[in-house]
Amino acid sequence: MNLLEIKNLHASIGDTKILHGIDLTINRGEVHAIMGPNGSGKSTLSYVLSGRDGYEVTEGEILLDGESVLEMEADERARAGMFLAFQYPVELPGVTGMSFLRAAVNARRREAGEDEVDQLEFVKLVRAAAADLGVDNEMLKRAVNVGFSGGEKKRYEILQMALLKPSLAVLDETDSGLDVDALKIVSDGVNAQRGDDCGMLVITHYQRLLSHIVPDFVHILAGGRIIKSGDKSLALEVEENGYAGLVNAA
Amino acid sequence: MVATTETIAAVEDATGAYKYGFVTDIETEKAPKGLNEDIIAFISAKKNEPEWMLEWRLKAYRHWLKMDSPDWAKLNIPEIDYQDVYYYAAPKSAEGPKSLDEVDPELLATYEKLGIPLNEQKMLAGVAVDAVFDSVSVATTFREELAKSGVIFCPISEAIREYPELIKKYMGSVVPVADNYFSALNSAVFTDGSFVYIPKGVRCPMELSTYFRINEKNTGQFERTLIIAEDNSYVSYLEGCTAPQRDENQLHAAVVELVAMEDAEIKYSTVQNWYPGDETGKGGIYNFVTKRGICRGDRAKISWTQVETGSAITWKYPSCILKGRDSVGEFYSVAVTNGAQQADTGTKMIHLGEGSRSTIISKGISAGKSQNTYRGLVEVHKPAEGARNFTQCDSLLVGDKCGAHTVPYIVSRNPSGKIEHEATTSRISEDQLFYCLQRGMDEEESVSLIVNGFCKEVMKELPMEFAVEAQKLIGISLEGSVG
Repeated sequence: MNLLEIKNLHASIGDTKILHGIDLTINRGEVHAIMGPNGSGKSTLSYVLSGRDGYEVTEGEILLDGESVLEMEADERARAGMFLAFQYPVELPGVTGMSFLRAAVNARRREAGEDEVDQLEFVKLVRAAAADLGVDNEMLKRAVNVGFSGGEKKRYEILQMALLKPSLAVLDETDSGLDVDALKIVSDGVNAQRGDDCGMLVITHYQRLLSHIVPDFVHILAGGRIIKSGDKSLALEVEENGYAGLVNAA
Repeated sequence: MVATTETIAAVEDATGAYKYGFVTDIETEKAPKGLNEDIIAFISAKKNEPEWMLEWRLKAYRHWLKMDSPDWAKLNIPEIDYQDVYYYAAPKSAEGPKSLDEVDPELLATYEKLGIPLNEQKMLAGVAVDAVFDSVSVATTFREELAKSGVIFCPISEAIREYPELIKKYMGSVVPVADNYFSALNSAVFTDGSFVYIPKGVRCPMELSTYFRINEKNTGQFERTLIIAEDNSYVSYLEGCTAPQRDENQLHAAVVELVAMEDAEIKYSTVQNWYPGDETGKGGIYNFVTKRGICRGDRAKISWTQVETGSAITWKYPSCILKGRDSVGEFYSVAVTNGAQQADTGTKMIHLGEGSRSTIISKGISAGKSQNTYRGLVEVHKPAEGARNFTQCDSLLVGDKCGAHTVPYIVSRNPSGKIEHEATTSRISEDQLFYCLQRGMDEEESVSLIVNGFCKEVMKELPMEFAVEAQKLIGISLEGSVG
């Protein structure tokens, strides 16, 4: 069965129509990239998929593992296996990194009818996963995203993804705000999670992320539609010629 | 306050009902309704009090008659008919002091249900409890253990009989009888409460706590607590409060006095979860409390920490008189209001001693249609050379029908005093909520997580045994506040 099936998806924010009929299918094990100029609807797509309030689907269907998610709340979709790595991770003053991770993992375990995590074991598990991403213990004691650098915020997003093991990961502009070294660490973290259990949708403006996280498929989003699909070479084409040619041709 | 599993069950309970709302069916002895000198004499006689105590009460009563209910708080207080209240109610089986073995099993079961097992073997090691049920103390645990180190922890009615010199010296010394309307009322009719005495140089070996329960219908609870910490001693004390769900509002007017001598430290924590009433405020507790401590000696320290989630109306300003040189006062507060609750709470820091310092951290969370006011006074008097105060007042709004208000009063009579006041008001942002939801937490857990983060500076001041419980309580109090 397809992991994610988006059929003729139309969506609006208030009275403004943003998405005008998107079709996209993602299978487990595949990495799809969505590229597009500013204002093409990339971030909107990530919010519509994850069920954010204020984004209204006016037509079409989103199926996760064959089930429609349109009637599901954001938290239900998350527990069903959807994960969004935020372009701008949100600050939660006073909530420590470790306790936030525990709450997220426990929410899933409760849903699955499992016991909550054992505190000590969980700390060990998190520390191991954090070390791989260059996230130190001090950072986990700090409040979520408060005073984090751009690189720290993105690493913390990927750490959450590593612990929550989503079936569908949507990465929204994960490269924004990262220098070359941080980009490498974050990409390595994402690549480590590629595999047969997980499908990924990588949203980006620039090709540079895709030379680290090499996609199986690339789609160009413009004006709320996918105007062209191809393999990784399409990303290089964009790099060379920009979006203008593609958009004008469509 | 330790029934973690029970609390989790309550959190999971989607109805969000007040879990302490049950009534204990127990035979009660009551004084007739109403207030007059005969009733006061009845209470005094019930407690086997000496003559001087009755005189003290009557004096207070006569003061009270001449006083008016305060109207300066941002509270809408319905008229209270003081003649329509029972001032004394006691479980019949609880006459006189008892050993734990003799306590009515029905009462033990009640406290068990509240998460306060009074059986010493079952209790949290290191916490001694005085359980006050309506007008009487029904059990005090670990007394012998405490007595070994010279600590006195007993019902105040017993202290009046056993330690009259201490009572005469200190009761009313911090909160004078005629201090305010409710303290005068309390002084006239107080029924029970706790007495703590920590001798010189003693660090109290365990946490002390009092658990207040109002059970009887139409009954007021007027408890009185007095804590004395002699030179170079330390005590940490915690109180918890619940009441059954009723249709009528009930009155609670307590007085707490703390006395800290040279180098002594008193840490006083409250987790207040009186029944808040229904969505319209019907049936909740009216909580009018006077709490004040004095740092009499040099370098004495008094620290108030409160987590206030219950009551229909809260009128409460735990305060410190910083008389000793280099004495320290602290006030850490979380006040959560939801539904139709109203809270007007804060503190007073009165700087008299040279080099005295105070810290105020107040976190107000308003949800539903509630009104939440911080009201605080910082006063630096002439002799308080070099006094310092830092105040931080943060308000968090959940929804758009509630109100948050901050009313600081600052008076400085010494130019060397340094007073800082910071205040913020914020909302739970849609971004924060979505971030948590996207990680799989449901809406209520998300709100609870964000709010607990907001309160963290205060929560970390609570004794560890109670911090977890208080966190969950905040979650429960905010159920149904979003969406």
